[in-house]
Amino acid sequence: MSAEVSAGQPALEAPAATRPEPGALALQWATVRVLLARDVVRFFRQPSRVVGALAQPILFWFVIGSGFAGSFRVEGAQGLGYQQFFFPGVVTMVVLFSAIFATITVIEDRKEGFLQAVLAGPGSRLAVVLGKALGSSTIALMQASLFLLLAPLAGVRGDTVNLPLLAAVMVLSALALTGMGMSLAWWVRSSAGYHAVMSIVLLPMWVLSGAMFPLKGAGPVMAWVMRLNPMRFSVEGVRRALYGVEASAAVGSAQSGLGLEVPVLLAFAVVFLGLAAFSVSRRE
Amino acid sequence: MLESPVPSLPPPLLQLEGLTRRFAGRTAVDGLTLSVRQGEILGLLGPNGAGKSTTFQLLAGLLAPDAGHVRFAGQSLSLSDPSLRRRMGIIFQRGSLDDLLSARENLLLGARLYGLSGARARERVETMLTLIGLSDRGDERVGTWSGGMRRRLELARALVHQPRVLLMDEPTQGLDEGSFRTFWAHLKRLRDAEGITVLLTTHRADEAEVCDRLAVLDGGKLVACDTPAALAARMGGDILTLEAPEPEALATQVRERLGLEASVVEGQVRVEVAQGHALVPRLVEAFPPGRFASVSLRRPTLADVFLQLTGRALGADAPAPQPVAKRGRR
Repeated sequence: MSAEVSAGQPALEAPAATRPEPGALALQWATVRVLLARDVVRFFRQPSRVVGALAQPILFWFVIGSGFAGSFRVEGAQGLGYQQFFFPGVVTMVVLFSAIFATITVIEDRKEGFLQAVLAGPGSRLAVVLGKALGSSTIALMQASLFLLLAPLAGVRGDTVNLPLLAAVMVLSALALTGMGMSLAWWVRSSAGYHAVMSIVLLPMWVLSGAMFPLKGAGPVMAWVMRLNPMRFSVEGVRRALYGVEASAAVGSAQSGLGLEVPVLLAFAVVFLGLAAFSVSRRE
Repeated sequence: MLESPVPSLPPPLLQLEGLTRRFAGRTAVDGLTLSVRQGEILGLLGPNGAGKSTTFQLLAGLLAPDAGHVRFAGQSLSLSDPSLRRRMGIIFQRGSLDDLLSARENLLLGARLYGLSGARARERVETMLTLIGLSDRGDERVGTWSGGMRRRLELARALVHQPRVLLMDEPTQGLDEGSFRTFWAHLKRLRDAEGITVLLTTHRADEAEVCDRLAVLDGGKLVACDTPAALAARMGGDILTLEAPEPEALATQVRERLGLEASVVEGQVRVEVAQGHALVPRLVEAFPPGRFASVSLRRPTLADVFLQLTGRALGADAPAPQPVAKRGRR
């Protein structure tokens, strides 16, 4: 090998072969960073996306929130009007939509875009999934944080907000939902198919997460569907972080007060990211 | 244009050994064995469905082979091995630039993806931009660029990490003649500057002509592998094409009256003969006026070679027969 012969002196013939090789871990990290940096830069270069990311949840919150405000009554939820009740649901929706948007781009990007070069590069498929998940989660968190600036309008008091819980729930929700979206996108393979999945699976999951109506009032079957719904833990986590245990327990289930949101969301994040990594790393 | 091969052949850099890939009952790549020599430009030639793109995807690590393996510099490696992936630069048919990023940013991300960082990555980016002649436009977003400029930038992106092998899938598809020539001028210059070995798929006859060697694929199998000149020489003789109102009837009569092998290809009668010039007056005398509208005589092209080897036309991009007077390249 030329590398051995020319050791100790500059190799003129084959610089590529004798260049110090980046370590395997360095290449994984490089792949994650490239995907993360790209997603963030892309987000800020699409002004319509930035505006939409803020305007859409506000509109949703005001329109649906005021529409239901009159008919919303939950026993024991003292002082929690519908606008307040609905606010955490919209926070979760922001995270969900961001994850959907990020993963729907994967479908085209892998066939005729930047992602091809990443998949054919030296980083592992796990690094690709992590990079994409971190990129999409970062954007989701930026969007959700902007929307959270409106929290005082929803009756949230700055001194009672549980910020560590809020941050943990949002980060884990973003990772779990991106992992879920990416696994689906990888199998579905077409944008049209993904839209179908979105309206049949993802949006109903959000509606049945306790975002729009409380678990308490639902029928027995519906209540079980809602109990097992991953997104429910996201909504309840945000609600508890913003409004405290009592107000949340009044509309949710008994678990609300038990602090199960973080471990459950962590488990979902690990499972869905693992599923995404499995799907993506299967070289067909 | 066609250099004669160097007397002592360079050693093989990339060897495909029995590479096979099946899709639901169809074998797209069937036991493909092929050596790519150090420093050469090897073209995989074939029509759609010949197995070129599947071969490309296998080598790009996007598909897993059902059988076979590759050797890089003599070492047997899995196609997903990071040390093999690092040594390959890849240009995809549909492109892989990010339209929202500038040319510089696209190259910088490309460099970082392969572990280059800091000053070294930036230095490589500037070198590549200069080599493709786009350094003054490096800060423009590539979404607004023309196809030719984008392809050149793809070339720079694929080579920014100094790979040993450049792999390209139909790199000039959809480019006009001028952009095609510019792309290839840059490619050959980069090949010399960076000492790379090139493997590409193509179904353009003009692109096949500029390769050092061609591997002709049909039905997932290698049917021939040689220099373009040697492949064209296999045909011997000339190609005579007759435009006729009733091509089938004319072909039959050419066979009967002149004892020649005549076939109908794309509505024209086609005759392959050793001495084309001598045949033209015989043809004109043998048939009354009106039986054919024109006669053209030319040397065989790669498209003809392909037709002979596989029994199928190379593709829509194959050049149409041209009048004798216009041909004079060889």
